[in-house]
Amino acid sequence: MSIVGTRVVRQEDQNLITAGGTYVDDLRAEALSGAAHAVFVRSPIAHARIGGIDVSEAKAAPGVLGVFTAADLGLGPHAAGPVEEPWLAGEVVRYVGEPVALVLTEERYQLADAAELVDVDYEPLDAVASIDAALDGETLLYPETGSNIVQVNGMAEFDDAIFEGCDVVVTQTIANQRVAPAPLEVRGASLAWGEDGRLTAWLSTQNAQIARSQLAGSLGVGEESVRVIAPDVGGGFGAKIGADPEATVLGWAAKRLGRPVRWVESRSENLTSMTHGRAQLNTVTIGGKRDGTVLAYRLDVVQDAGAYPRTLFLPTLTELMAVGVYRFPKVQTRSRAVVTNTTPIAAYRGAGRPEATAAVERAMDLFAAELGLDPADVRRANFIRPEEFPYRTPTGAFYDTGEYAAALDKVLDTAGYAELRAEQRRRREAGDPVELGLGIAAYVEITGGDGGGESGRVDIHPDGSVVAWTGSSPHGQGLGTSLAMLLADRLGVPLEKITVRHGDTDEVPKAIGTFGSRSLQLGGSAIRQAADEVIAQARELAANLLEAAPDDLELDVERGVWQVRGAPSSTVLSWAQVAETATGGKLTADVWFGDGQPTFPFGAHLAVVEVDTETGKVELRRIIAVDDAGPIVNPLTFRGQRHGGLGQGAAQALLEVVTYDEDGNPTTATLADYSFITAVELPDFELVDMATPTDRNLLGVKGIGEAATIGSTPAVHNAVVDALSARGVKHLDMPTTPIRVWAALEETAKGNAQ
Amino acid sequence: MKVSIEVNGRPVTEEVPDRTLLVHFLRDTAGLTGTNIGCDTTSCGACTVLLDGESVKSCTVLAAQADGHAVTTVEGLAGADGSLHPVQRAFREQHGLQCGFCTPGMIMASVSLLADNPKPTRDEVRAGLEGNLCRCTGYHNIVSAVIDASGQEVDR
Repeated sequence: MSIVGTRVVRQEDQNLITAGGTYVDDLRAEALSGAAHAVFVRSPIAHARIGGIDVSEAKAAPGVLGVFTAADLGLGPHAAGPVEEPWLAGEVVRYVGEPVALVLTEERYQLADAAELVDVDYEPLDAVASIDAALDGETLLYPETGSNIVQVNGMAEFDDAIFEGCDVVVTQTIANQRVAPAPLEVRGASLAWGEDGRLTAWLSTQNAQIARSQLAGSLGVGEESVRVIAPDVGGGFGAKIGADPEATVLGWAAKRLGRPVRWVESRSENLTSMTHGRAQLNTVTIGGKRDGTVLAYRLDVVQDAGAYPRTLFLPTLTELMAVGVYRFPKVQTRSRAVVTNTTPIAAYRGAGRPEATAAVERAMDLFAAELGLDPADVRRANFIRPEEFPYRTPTGAFYDTGEYAAALDKVLDTAGYAELRAEQRRRREAGDPVELGLGIAAYVEITGGDGGGESGRVDIHPDGSVVAWTGSSPHGQGLGTSLAMLLADRLGVPLEKITVRHGDTDEVPKAIGTFGSRSLQLGGSAIRQAADEVIAQARELAANLLEAAPDDLELDVERGVWQVRGAPSSTVLSWAQVAETATGGKLTADVWFGDGQPTFPFGAHLAVVEVDTETGKVELRRIIAVDDAGPIVNPLTFRGQRHGGLGQGAAQALLEVVTYDEDGNPTTATLADYSFITAVELPDFELVDMATPTDRNLLGVKGIGEAATIGSTPAVHNAVVDALSARGVKHLDMPTTPIRVWAALEETAKGNAQ
Repeated sequence: MKVSIEVNGRPVTEEVPDRTLLVHFLRDTAGLTGTNIGCDTTSCGACTVLLDGESVKSCTVLAAQADGHAVTTVEGLAGADGSLHPVQRAFREQHGLQCGFCTPGMIMASVSLLADNPKPTRDEVRAGLEGNLCRCTGYHNIVSAVIDASGQEVDR
């Protein structure tokens, strides 16, 4: 019986629930004994010239082993983006949280005391603290470039002709606010140079192999001289891709000191110094006919890149996914990326796609509201139809498979949409101050969109055990269990005999790792390909042993044995017996799956909110979701990924925002200030199943890591606006906090009174 | 100062700086790294342990304050034979953890919650765990795990 598709509890859990896992700060490896503790001194000012840095007092503080600044570092340039980001700021600081000096001490508790004594003379400059200020260009972060705009893509000038013939045209600027990835484990690293001249770096990373290449390059050593190990990683959400600049500085310092170094940042540091996500200002224009047919759509993206543009694919990915699930005949997009005196922006769960979806799903609601039509009907009228796949969008995305209308219908049926609308009407007629709001989002996203492949290796030993290595780098997703399930089915070996390993560059030298929901479709396909190679080898060996033609042999996956086809009662061979005869003492296949094409998971969400119009308080009551990512390997973890996505997506709509004052001072720099969503602010999730396969990889699967995040944000956002619509509110930006809801109602009331 | 704490039934006595936090005493002195640190404002609950049976955030308790008292961490829950505590078993069975970083604190807070309220509703679980943050699960399966551990049926 196939185990794939059944609910399997995770192999990963035992150590996590009994010993709390082994995260980078938990490491007590011999190689790290006597390690110096490290802390970065960070800029408290958003934009300033550094007049000088006096480290003499800090150097004399108890336990101090070293204090280093930009002047000490003998490192090559930081290869990133159109402007160069220093490893440590030496001349100018460009955001609060930017590293300026590194302090190393004998004991952890000595760090804060010594760091306090590093005396930096800051000469403040005007700060660019918002996208508007960046575009305005009065103050430049990089005067030599002449502009704060660091990337332009798409149309230089828009052409209004696409809206000719439209009965109705609606335009709206929508902020997709900056949020903090905030994995529960902050960033950390432990690094030790061996006597053999090799660096071993334990990093809290999603991609050990990328990190190894980055560290080798920045430290000026060969890749063979660096080993990166990702131990247990306490969440990443895109913000732990590769190695952060701090890791390079720490590697340099470990060499300089001649002893290992360990670093773990504080949460307050994390909230200003780990990259943030989203941070776009999007202007949508949508036009069409009175019957709800959209004729033209325009998306104008401005991406806040923060002080150093590290990840400029985000706005162009938003353009690529601009039309979402709709067959818009005419489309225009443009994106500009600007620098500001804020924390750099990079990937965060969805990374470019949530922004596209939020824009188009708000646009559809605005269009429907203008026409007085039900937003579900307007969506149905514009969906790409099942028979149109594969579908090339006007912006160049090439969708594989989709059942967009079916997904929406399933969600609305499950939710009882008609009854909910009736309840909404009843409340309004009764003058209930607590409004009901219904928000729809239909979405499609792209997973494994990076175009790279992934590695996989499978060994079968003479004791019958199977060890697999994946280039993917799971850190909570449960991928190890899913891969073991795939192998169990393919090889006919019980789960308990299968071990999946990952995250050590000495064991897996070539890999890309985990981001963009790529792991099952690429890492899983690689494991499948390796398993099939092992099966092919075993067929030859078993044929020899059984004195039969290889084509006459079959693998009985029910029993996990090789036998001659059509003669099940004859001699059979176990995997152990076959492996025993293999050259090298085991069966082994090490592959690179390079054929994987991007896939396009899709779905529909309905959010139901209550909004107390007297206080502005929003309560998310229900969220009903279809997230279709093709065939499901492990429903337990598949649902887990959706739950997490729903929570994080709803959090952006309801609560979360990173804010700065006009001088660029962060005002959400602790978890006491940043509105990280809690259990009381979320409902139980209602998941509806649907599975439409793709033909773009060996398993027919699409990625599920980010999908639910992408759908839930606009669903919840639309629900809040819908709740307020009868009171004249047409739009308000996220997060829909009580003060914003209340202010929107006040403003509308004033407008009505005039 | 000299601090003596009974950690998971084992006395640990050590000379530590006055300002040593309980969480660092547990991690660095007692060598029990299961208790994690997720913030510096007592907001996240990752460091939750039981102090004389009551849940506390060990980043906001000085080791000195726990002197002469008993602390239970996630390492102290399972039986001597390795049998899982009902809350541990339920977290695994209900997929109440993903990356696992919040899990030790979440499990200890759940143990404490169930001691006070052996048959909570889902809403009561949510309220009881408000001080423990999780970034991965959306809390749904954590709530299910506590319901399961309480012996009640999980219906969603």
